[in-house]
Amino acid sequence: MENTLQQQYRQPSYFQLRTAFDWLWAALAAAGAAYIYAQYQALMDGYEIAILLVTTPLLIWLGWSWPALKKFSLTVAVFSLLAISGYGNDLSAGETAFLLKYLLASQSAIMWMSALYVMATIAYVGLLLSGREFIGKVASALTWSATAMGMTGLMVRWRESYLMGADVGHIPVSNLYEVFILFAIMTALLYLHYEQHYKTRSLGAFVLLVISAAVGFLLWYTFDRHADGIQPLVPALNSYWMKIHVPANFVGYGAFSLAAMIGVAFVLKNRAETVNPQGFIHTRLPELALLDDLMYKAIALGFAFFTLATILGALWAAEAWGGYWSWDPKETWALIVWLNYAAWLHMRLTKGWNGKPMAWWAIIGFFVTLFAFLGVNMFLSGLHSYGEL
Amino acid sequence: MPQSTIRILLRFLGSMNLAITLLVAIAIAAVIGTVVQQNQPYPDYVLKFGPFWFEVFKKLELFNVYSSAWFLTILGFLVLSTSVCVYRNLPGMLRDVADYREHAQRAALQKLEHRFELTNINNAEQNRVLIAALLVRHRYSFRQQGEHNATLFAGKKGSGGRLGYIFSHVAIVVICIGGLLDGNLPLKIAEWRGEIAVETRRITAGEIPAISTLPADNASFRANVDIAEGGQADLAFVDYKDGYLLQKLPFTIRVEDFRIEHYPSGQPKSFESDLEIVDADLPQPLKQTISVNHPLSYKGYSVYQNSFGDGGSKLNLKAWPLLARQAPTLLQATVKQHAEIAGQTLEISDFRPFNVNPDPSGEKKFVNLGPSFQYKLRNATGTANEYITYMQPVRQDGRLFYLSGMRAKPSEPFNYWFIPADKENWLTRFMAFYQALRNSEKLQAVAAKIANSSEQGKQSASKDRQAVEQFMLALAEQFVDGGYEKISTGIEQAVEEPRRQAVSEMYAAALRQLLKNVYLDVLREEGVEIGETLSDFDSSFFSDAVEAVNLAHHYAAPVFLELESFKHIEATGLQITRSPGKWLVFPGCLLLVLGVFCMFYLPQRRLWVLVEPRGNGSAILLAGSALRNRYDFDKEFELIKQQLTQIPAFAQ
Repeated sequence: MENTLQQQYRQPSYFQLRTAFDWLWAALAAAGAAYIYAQYQALMDGYEIAILLVTTPLLIWLGWSWPALKKFSLTVAVFSLLAISGYGNDLSAGETAFLLKYLLASQSAIMWMSALYVMATIAYVGLLLSGREFIGKVASALTWSATAMGMTGLMVRWRESYLMGADVGHIPVSNLYEVFILFAIMTALLYLHYEQHYKTRSLGAFVLLVISAAVGFLLWYTFDRHADGIQPLVPALNSYWMKIHVPANFVGYGAFSLAAMIGVAFVLKNRAETVNPQGFIHTRLPELALLDDLMYKAIALGFAFFTLATILGALWAAEAWGGYWSWDPKETWALIVWLNYAAWLHMRLTKGWNGKPMAWWAIIGFFVTLFAFLGVNMFLSGLHSYGEL
Repeated sequence: MPQSTIRILLRFLGSMNLAITLLVAIAIAAVIGTVVQQNQPYPDYVLKFGPFWFEVFKKLELFNVYSSAWFLTILGFLVLSTSVCVYRNLPGMLRDVADYREHAQRAALQKLEHRFELTNINNAEQNRVLIAALLVRHRYSFRQQGEHNATLFAGKKGSGGRLGYIFSHVAIVVICIGGLLDGNLPLKIAEWRGEIAVETRRITAGEIPAISTLPADNASFRANVDIAEGGQADLAFVDYKDGYLLQKLPFTIRVEDFRIEHYPSGQPKSFESDLEIVDADLPQPLKQTISVNHPLSYKGYSVYQNSFGDGGSKLNLKAWPLLARQAPTLLQATVKQHAEIAGQTLEISDFRPFNVNPDPSGEKKFVNLGPSFQYKLRNATGTANEYITYMQPVRQDGRLFYLSGMRAKPSEPFNYWFIPADKENWLTRFMAFYQALRNSEKLQAVAAKIANSSEQGKQSASKDRQAVEQFMLALAEQFVDGGYEKISTGIEQAVEEPRRQAVSEMYAAALRQLLKNVYLDVLREEGVEIGETLSDFDSSFFSDAVEAVNLAHHYAAPVFLELESFKHIEATGLQITRSPGKWLVFPGCLLLVLGVFCMFYLPQRRLWVLVEPRGNGSAILLAGSALRNRYDFDKEFELIKQQLTQIPAFAQ
């Protein structure tokens, strides 16, 4: 009898809990990686093969931990493969083939992404004002679609760069135009994760505001500066390190922006509590304790990835510039951002500060981060002189 | 020191307030270092801030913040503060990691924020089995305490969070120590002790005194050296303050070749050097090609591709005299070396094998203007003009011109002189024309011919004809010396306003006639058949040549240097480093990443379940505590609470 009872609480193992879709997902991811290895082995160095080997289980795990990511990734994969087969070996197909020209060629996909993010922002504001659940669902769907289009855009751009010339090809995270897309996608994905996990759709209006601002910059950069073309890499950037350093950095930037916008929501709700307790800000936004906790989570995640990214940057610098630390303005500002959030985390975890001052600090932290991301390129010169305005 | 003083000191050093103050202080210092550009030549700072603020900033070491004494002191305090913090917290944390708190008292558990009490009809033994299964299910490891009256299950998970704290803080200390080893702290100490002195003069390596020389066994340095193709070096230069130090190397670096590869669009794709390391310890030289992102490592030294430049290209020049009547001379010159020409010093600063410039006509197109070289001509008084001359003629409005730019100051842009190229695309015809204009005998002959040929001239007296000749000669001389500008200045001085216009026109016509006849002579000497009219080429050449003569005086050089051929020799800029600190920094970084992720994602949680017999059944007290991520723990606690309530009742 005891045995049967014990079995009631026996934990099925992690793998036993996987659904059929989980296994299909894993099989597809592994098959994709195997295909990439078989097809492009000759072009990859040992480090790139190692990156592929680590990324594949990581992607499988991410999909297992967050079911929505599986559907998202598969959609992106299907779109990207459609685009790639549409191109064949001819870059000019992007201007003749209907599907590419109006939907899937990287620049078209990125335009769709921009439009969808703006629409999502409007929908989220609508949700905040009206409180209607249906509008919230539409807003989430729009954000997912925008993110999928953006990701597809980057994937297709990667292929397009190789179609321009085998030696021109590179991962599209090499200039300001490309990393702005990455920023929008990363911030959106992080937000969508928290939204699903904590049921916090009313925060969307705040977070999507930052993404819309990034989209605004991207459009200005495209139409005013014509910065959307694919340029060959300068020799310093031609390294496998770029494939890991830049994405890790943008998880950090995205999480810090997310934390700042949660901070804004916190400050507004905190004010509304006394000023206008019946208003929509107070009634529709999540409770303060959750906002506070989310802010901490976002900063902790951002800090962890920013630490990793800065260290990867230092390792890269040791290989490219002859020293792991040169006090280059970009490096120095990365350190300033890091110190700022280190102080924030110390205050919160050991001094127990929370609430309004920490929310304000998170907002100020965003401006420090923004300067490290953009200001350094605009106002200071140094070794990171790609992506000038 | 009495015991209590040490304790107070340790408490101060390990305090959170000090730590946060230090973090903020470093951040502010770092901002200063990015606002004031670091490690620029001192004269630039004087220009920027003025002499007064220059002295103030220099005293505050704002020109090299990151190696200043005060910054290193703050950094030192951070290391100390973090070390003390770890020292003080480590024993407690290790104990905490090992401790299940299985002796917790009921009263203490009841004070916890997360607690829940229930009773059920199962006996204690039955509940024990279920609770053990429940804890396992939620991945708590646990100890069981007490048997008959009361059993306490003390569970915990996420002890990695504590280890994360230890890892990340130890990592900061390790990284900072490694960084200090590789920084220029050792140099500062040596300088402070008077063992080294910075060299600021521009002298050859052989002349650098021993006090500015660092030995080959120097443990940590970052030095630069430029080596020409085919050359070698066993030394490099460490930038320090407003000068440099000579760093001896324990091996010799030979450079076989340096290459720049280009994308089809003309942008550089890679910079590569073929190197050979020659060392007595090596049976044969170590050969390796390095490029950006692919350095060479040897015996703990790394050699990086850092920059490139001219390594003393050999240029074969033809010097066309512009002031004297002489035949052109040939000379061989070397980039970055001095030569004598026409009484001046020729200092060639740079040579470029190609010049890819944006096409002025169309968008996003590039044109290659071919090789060019840049040089100064310094006269006996020491003043110099700077020139840039292109090897090949450049097309302009459908005609080809030799291009040479001149400027008197480095801050100015170059002013270009356009010399028309002849039918064979050479300078010969223009130079023959220009020389003829400096040849007074020839001019006289031409002037005489003009004076004699005209209707008016034939009838006038020989004295008048001579006057016309003299006038023409003077006009030609003025034109060659100072262009139209000089002639019109002369007219303005000598002639009253109402007649100026007429006189100018008369002068211009006379000059033109003279120039045309000299030009025709040049053509005849060249062997060109001259019919009724000149060919299109010959006539547009004439107007371009006159324009070039008109502007020649602005060129202000005694010679025009034509680049006939060259042997391009490049120099590669290498950086050689030795940084033993990286063997602390890199493991430290790994520890830091590990620590940070553990700290955030393995937060410690504790759960206690106290089972006591109560009547026929049992009373159960569930209590828990979490260090962080309260929100997630709330959820977990709620779930466990529910599952505990739903424990099935056993048939008695």
